[in-house]
Order: sequence, then structure tokens, then C-alpha cells
Amino acid sequence: MSDTNWLYSRRTARREIKERAIAGTLFLSAAVSIFVTIAIVVVIAIEGLNFFSEVRLSQFFLDTEWTPLFHEKHFGIWPLINGTLLVAAVALVVALPLGLLIAIYLSEFASTRTRSFVKPILEIFAGIPTVVYGYFALLFLTPYLQKVLPDLGAFNALSPGIMMGFMILPMVASLSEDALYAVPRSLKDGAYALGSSKLQMIFGVLVPSALGGIVASFILAMSRAVGETMIVTIAAGQQPKLSLDPTESVATMTAYIVQVSLGDTPHGSVEYYSIFVVGGMLFLITLFLNFLSFKIRDKFSLSFR
Amino acid sequence: MTETSEGIVKTTDLKFYYGSNQALFGIDANITKGKVTALIGPSGCGKSTFLRTLNRMNDYIPGSRLEGKVEVDGADIYSSKVDLALLRKRVGMVFQRSNPFPKSIFENIAYGPRIHGEKNKETLSGIVETSLKNADLWKEVKDRLNDSALELSGGQQQRLCIARALAVEPEVLLMDEPASALDPRSTARIEDLISELRGNYTIIIVTHNMQQASRVSDFTCFFLEGRLVETAKTKQIFTRPECKETEDYITGRFG
Repeated sequence: MSDTNWLYSRRTARREIKERAIAGTLFLSAAVSIFVTIAIVVVIAIEGLNFFSEVRLSQFFLDTEWTPLFHEKHFGIWPLINGTLLVAAVALVVALPLGLLIAIYLSEFASTRTRSFVKPILEIFAGIPTVVYGYFALLFLTPYLQKVLPDLGAFNALSPGIMMGFMILPMVASLSEDALYAVPRSLKDGAYALGSSKLQMIFGVLVPSALGGIVASFILAMSRAVGETMIVTIAAGQQPKLSLDPTESVATMTAYIVQVSLGDTPHGSVEYYSIFVVGGMLFLITLFLNFLSFKIRDKFSLSFR
Repeated sequence: MTETSEGIVKTTDLKFYYGSNQALFGIDANITKGKVTALIGPSGCGKSTFLRTLNRMNDYIPGSRLEGKVEVDGADIYSSKVDLALLRKRVGMVFQRSNPFPKSIFENIAYGPRIHGEKNKETLSGIVETSLKNADLWKEVKDRLNDSALELSGGQQQRLCIARALAVEPEVLLMDEPASALDPRSTARIEDLISELRGNYTIIIVTHNMQQASRVSDFTCFFLEGRLVETAKTKQIFTRPECKETEDYITGRFG
């Protein structure tokens, strides 16, 4: 019988403990973020249920007015969703075409030098605190727009929408550029070899090939726009209404939550609970958009292989 | 070449540089119309570079430079007045790795004719059918023209790319190792296809595969270190080459 002790050492045991400790720490870190997310969902759900013990679901989804802070209370969510989507729509109208054009410029036309100059500027854009965008909309853009549109109110959906468009622009541009960059060189060569001009190659092959990533970036940007708070709180006003007119003052879901949180709404009142329900709705909308964005990206990225 | 044959692609003292790196050293070549010409030689000998100068795909390599002359059908393709779209319509290309666009089979074939101005739906359908038939793919895909081209197998994708190149009715077809990424069975089909296309098209094919060159080509050009060492009928190159280097390469003494 041979002696196998040469193979064993005390180090093995020590190493085992160390590895387990590291794995455990990593697991805990991951668990914390999941726990926090779950806790938020649970709190929203519980407080939201309190709301629905006083307000019927049918009123929440069918009433066309949202006036929890008035004497005669209405709790129809649609005016808030309307305001949120209206501002987001204005933002997308600004950010999508511009973002895509920037992405195309950066990936196909810009020299390395221009690129190294433009990209950081775009990232600075993304780093500007949103409160700055908000005041810029209220104190600069709105008065300027009023010269063109005399009927524009001091608070409106248009001005913050445009500023929000600039806020999400770097995201659209950057993610779309990633998508364009990921298109294999061989596809461009294929297009050129058939006699495409540069523009024909870009719009006939490059952009369609990157469409999955581009659409995903659009949806993520929309999700950002829907959740954005500061710009709309400052410049869009506080009047929930069902209207598609961007020159009017609107209230978004986020702005409403701020309004109630900052006011002296008594704890436990129906107004108090309402912000959790609005927050929950917001959570569902952005969750859905993010989910959609990932799905689209997955579907298209798979098809490349 | 002793045979009285019509040249279609002619290069005169063609030199090509990647930055300060010279890749081609004065190539004088004359490619015969309607025949299959194989370009052989060890890796890095310049055969792919040479192929790409013939439809100016080298234009997209930053810092590259070309000297000398390339003529297709008597026209200098590096003249400043050249319309690249017209050049590439006449000189098509198939790449080493199949590169179908992420579109339907139909749209892949119709892309070329469309960018050259064909709008009529029926004409396009006709072109798609003819091209797929010419590329020996029609039977396999005729019932699923609207499926994504990416769902096809590797060999089918490469035949689709050949069909796509044929759809703009080129005279010359450049093939850069078109079968090197395929299994033997798909390779055989591509080789059969090349034989079928012979006569209607002038085909210039880069290949690493000696047997392939001897099977499919009428003429063979042997490249070595950026020089065109020998051009002759394929049979002659493979049986009694004139140059020592050619013989060494073909008999497998190096490369």
C-alpha cells in the first residue's frame, strides 16, 4: 500500500474557507439589491391596497379626473398617465431622430479625432443634473417658445418635453451607436460590393441590421423619460388633465408624487396612499418597457449568429 | 497565354501598399473572359489583396495606396471619374464568409437590383427566381422566400450570396475563398456551381485548396510574396510549371 499523504496539505482547508467566505460575501451583496427591490415592491403593494380599500378599482381606471387634493376628490389615473406619456412623447420626438443621426454620424462619418471630441461632450450632457434641465426649461426655453407660440402657458408639456429629449439624447445616441458598431464589417462589405453608395449602405443594410439594438435603445430612453421627475415637476405644472395639447400645463405621475410628498398630507389619508398607487403604476410601466427592450434586443442579437 | 483569347481584366504594373507595407509588387495580369481563373499562393502572398483591387474594395482600408493600372473592359477603374456603383455592378464579389443581410431571402437578392434602380415588383420577382436558379438554390428555398436568410445553413447562405451577386448581372465574379468555411459537401456544391457559371461569367477565385484550383479553374495565377510568379493554363501549372517556385509550392514543398 502506497502512502498518499504527499498529496495533502493544510493549505487546502484554509483555501477552502477563504473561497467560501468570498463566495458568501458576493452572494450577500447580490442578495441585498434584490432584497431592497422586493421590499420596495412589497411596501408599494401594501400601501396601495390601503388605497383601494377606500377607492374602487373601477373609479381608478374609469374616472377621467384626478383631484385627490381638492374638496371633491376624483381618483382617475388616466390624466396622470396622459401627462406622463405626453411629455415623454415630446421628448422622444426630439431624441429619437436626433439620437439616431448622431449615432450614424459617429459610427460612419466622424474621424477618430472628432469622435474622441464629440463622445465625451455627449456624456457630459448625460451627467447634467436634471434640476438644471428643469430650470432651463422653465426660465429659458419656455419664455423663448412663448415668442413663437404666444398661447403657451408658463407651465406646459412642450418645454420640459424638449429638455427631457436632450436629457435622454446621449443615451439614445450611445446605445444606438453600440448597435450600429456591432453590425459585422462583412455586411457593409457585402452592401458595397453590390454597388451601394454610402447612404444606401447605411439606410438599406446598416440601420436595418442594427434595428433590434436601436429599438431597444428607444424603449429604454422612453422608460427613462417616463420616470424622469425633476424637469416635469419644475416646468410642466401640476394640473392633471386629459389632453393631447402639449402647450397646456399637465401633471405627470412623478410630479404628482413629488407634490404630495412635499405637501402636508397627513399620514394614512387617502391622498397619502394614492402616491404609492401612482408609484406602483409607474413601476409597472417602466418595468414593462425595460422588459420589452431586453426582449427585443435578445431576439435580434440571436438572429445574427 | 498562347491561346487567342479575349482579356477582360488587365492590370499593369499594379502596386499596392498598406501604409508603408507594400503588398503587391508590380502585377501584370491579364484575365481571360468567360473563364475561371484561380489565384493560388501561400498566405500573405497578396492574392486576396489583388482580388480586392479589381472592384476597389480596398478603397475602404485606411492608409492604403495603389499605383499602376487596373482595366476592366478597357476602362481604367481607378480613374477619378469612375462611378463605383457601375464598376461593382459589373464586377461582383463573393466573400470568404457568407454575409447574407439580416433580411428575407427575397430581400437579400432584390437588394442589388433595387439600389441600381429596379422598382417593378414583377421584374424583381423574376430576377430573384433566375438568380436563385443560377445559384442552384431555388429548389431549396422557393417555398420560403420570405423567411430570414439567416435561417439557411452555411452552404445555402454562401449560395445565396452568390445568387445575390448574380442578381445585378455582373460580367466578372470575384470569389475570395468562397468555400473555405464550408464542409466538404457544401464545398462540392459550390464547385459544381462555379463550373455551371463558367462561360457566362468571368470568375476569378482565390483558393488555398490546390485540388479545388485544379478542379474548377481554366487558368491559374501563382502568387508569391506580392509578385505574380506564373500564369498559365491550370493543367500546365499543375503538370509542368515553368518556375521552380511554382513547382515547389504545388508539390507541397512549402506553403
